Amino acid sequence: MRQALALLLPLTLALVACQREERDTRPQSALGSGEQPTPVTTLEPGGQRPSPTDNKAASFEANAFHMSEGKRLFSWFNCSGCHANGGGGMGPALMDEKWLYGSSIESIHATIRDGRPNGMPSFGQKIPDDQIWELSAYVRALGGNAPSSAAPQRNDGMMVHPSENRLPDAATLGKSP
Amino acid sequence: MKGRLHPAQARVDARQGARALAIWNSFRTCILSVMLLACGPFLSGASEPPSAAAIAPPAAAAPPDDGQWTMPAKNYASTRFSDLTEINEGNVKNLQVAFTFSTGVNKGQEAAPLVVGNIMYIVTPFPNIVYALDLSRPGAPMKWKYEPNPEPAAQGVACCDVVNRGAAFADGRIFFNTLDGHTIALDANTGKPIWNAHIGNINIGETITMAPLVVKGKVLVGNSGGEMGVRGWVKALDAGDGHIVWTAYGTGPDKDVLIGPDFKPHYDMDKGTDLGVTTWPPEAWKIGGGNMWGWISYDPALNLIFHGTGNPGPWNPDLRPGDNKWTSGIFARDPDTGAAKWFYQWSPHDLHDYDGINEQILLDMTWQGKPRKVLVRPERNGYLYILDRTTGEVLSATAYGPVNSSKGVDLKTGRLIANPDKKTGTGKVVRDICPTASGLKDWQPSAFSPRTGLLYIPHNNLCMDEEGVEVNYIAGTPYVGMNVRMIPGPGGNRGAFTAWDVAAAKPAWVLKENFPVWSGTVVTAGDVVFYGTMEGWFKAVSARTGDLLWQFKTSSGIIGQPITYRGPDGHQYVAILSGVGGWAGAIVSGDLDPRDATAALGFVNAMKDLKNATTAGGTLYVFRLP
Ligand code: HEC
Repeated sequence: MRQALALLLPLTLALVACQREERDTRPQSALGSGEQPTPVTTLEPGGQRPSPTDNKAASFEANAFHMSEGKRLFSWFNCSGCHANGGGGMGPALMDEKWLYGSSIESIHATIRDGRPNGMPSFGQKIPDDQIWELSAYVRALGGNAPSSAAPQRNDGMMVHPSENRLPDAATLGKSP
Repeated sequence: MKGRLHPAQARVDARQGARALAIWNSFRTCILSVMLLACGPFLSGASEPPSAAAIAPPAAAAPPDDGQWTMPAKNYASTRFSDLTEINEGNVKNLQVAFTFSTGVNKGQEAAPLVVGNIMYIVTPFPNIVYALDLSRPGAPMKWKYEPNPEPAAQGVACCDVVNRGAAFADGRIFFNTLDGHTIALDANTGKPIWNAHIGNINIGETITMAPLVVKGKVLVGNSGGEMGVRGWVKALDAGDGHIVWTAYGTGPDKDVLIGPDFKPHYDMDKGTDLGVTTWPPEAWKIGGGNMWGWISYDPALNLIFHGTGNPGPWNPDLRPGDNKWTSGIFARDPDTGAAKWFYQWSPHDLHDYDGINEQILLDMTWQGKPRKVLVRPERNGYLYILDRTTGEVLSATAYGPVNSSKGVDLKTGRLIANPDKKTGTGKVVRDICPTASGLKDWQPSAFSPRTGLLYIPHNNLCMDEEGVEVNYIAGTPYVGMNVRMIPGPGGNRGAFTAWDVAAAKPAWVLKENFPVWSGTVVTAGDVVFYGTMEGWFKAVSARTGDLLWQFKTSSGIIGQPITYRGPDGHQYVAILSGVGGWAGAIVSGDLDPRDATAALGFVNAMKDLKNATTAGGTLYVFRLP
């Protein structure tokens, strides 16, 4: 009996400690609902104002389920064709610390939704808004900007780069390797 | 630096080529044995040309040199050989810079400069600016420039850097292509546009990177986009006003491919009706590639043009069972009508992105005792083919470097014998496939010297791992379906510069280079060969021995095509564009992240250290003797 208790206690503790994130597994699927304009620059005449945050961002950012969905969609919508598995190709690298249009999840969302002039297609009419948020959350993870406890883990197939949950934060790397 | 070819090199053709004259053979043996002392009689006088006169380009396709350079391949036979002799083996060590010019564009500079009269013309990568430099004045000042202002979005659909392989001159006009799908004719004297034909659509992923060829008043142009599910074509535009005279597709029904009653392929595998449809899953030919982004040659005597076709799409072969005609092959066509005369498929049902668009050098030679009109093709799949250019018959196919993706070419059926161990497919990781998707040799054109009988081949030495994955076709986005990661090939040198003895079908000598040799090359009657490295060295080596005679470090890696010309002062000059990029150099020009092995379709994995060896650039260098 005592032994059983001794076993049970750590088990219960472990279970309690394992706080699960909230999962909204069926996000609404309406097209293009993220209408909020996102400035392309932080420069503003008359002094900088706080950058606008989208209230959707919080529910997607750093969320393990949404990031793993984003990873799947990253191949599904051929992002990987242009950005490879984050190292870039026809499009720029997304795993490094260099951002042309901003690294916030809102900026990345705007990039995917509206496109960018030098060859980033606009996916706003092709991908439901919540999936664009999932992609954005995953792109943040590619750059090492997601907690390792939530970022996707290693692939089943070819190891193309260290898994997302082991990628160091690109910004702290100093220089590109 | 110098060495024999790696033993892994597979010889497939047991037949030894036509025996060149005995004197030539002994000369070659001398080089191979590297016992230079024994070669006394041959090395003593460069004046005594080797006996390779048995192999020469057809006169009509390679007229006597006038000291100009009016098309990237130098002539219709595509020899990239210059008759100029002022710069030679003895004095090339004294070469010095005559002038330089910044193109203002720091992307991969793959173009060949042109020289017509007193003017040099260069075309830059995107945004495809054309500059005319006045060679008759000190420092070669700019005479005019033309900015076509292509759509910036085109940069996103160009598979492998935003390169341009050069312009072409004919009848007082400069013809060139823009990344966003325009062919433009400029007045060569004033730079004023004469016509502008919009023939490619970036919204379906179509771009144009190739250098046009002007034949009989027609500008021949093909599209790029084999990684985007773009259906390939070649168009002939009227040089006068730019209207489309004919279009020949690389896939689809015979009428679209311009296959008619004149079509007589040599092998049974290429005979049948509408093979461009029936060798594909339903409708797949519409997004199946077969693009023509490489080189065209022309034989005026036969009135035939020769051009290759690119890889089938997507790369994952499981998604397109069948031979996938007419991809990864070569067509002979009538330039007036586009009508196909014959076709040969280098890589039926291509498994590894072996585009068939490399250069073909037109030569006349004795083959097994008989004079033959041939074309020589160092192909991406690793074999050096000699084809009868009147029929498309394969006379020989010999590996010119390490090849394990196939086991040779069956000369009876003409068919490449694929190695089942290296067959890729969905959900399968296949390792150590040689050569890579970029081929034993990619677009970088070789040169042939009739004085040595050698073909000078700049090429790669890389292998790869591949994993087929599912892919959706979304117009204007990539359609590849393959994770690729490249690694250095046997020996560790990622590039090589091979002098290939065409008659004997084996290498005369091989220079190893650390990085892929992604530049073109030029060979002269002074028996000097020029090429560049991705570190930025511009090198001159002996056409006979491969000995390094001179080198100069330029500001960026070299992937351009060297040329040589006679300047207005009567002296010989050598010109090269320096500026790293292209598929091999995309890691630098696109600032890609080497932690991802699959970046730039896997090329980055083999080029991780390039960022430490060079930086992006875009500068023209012109050299002369003091
Ligand atoms: C056809 C090629 C192509 C496809 C497909 C593509 N991209 Fe891009 N992407 C680009 C190019 C080119 C740029 C750079 C645009 C510029 O500089 O204006 C870019 C830029 C970006 C950026 C901004 C990077 C920065 O530094 O600010 C992000 C984020 C991005 N893409 C994510 C994606 C995602 C997610 C997908 C899939 C839904 C995708 N891309 C699909 C070509 C592509």
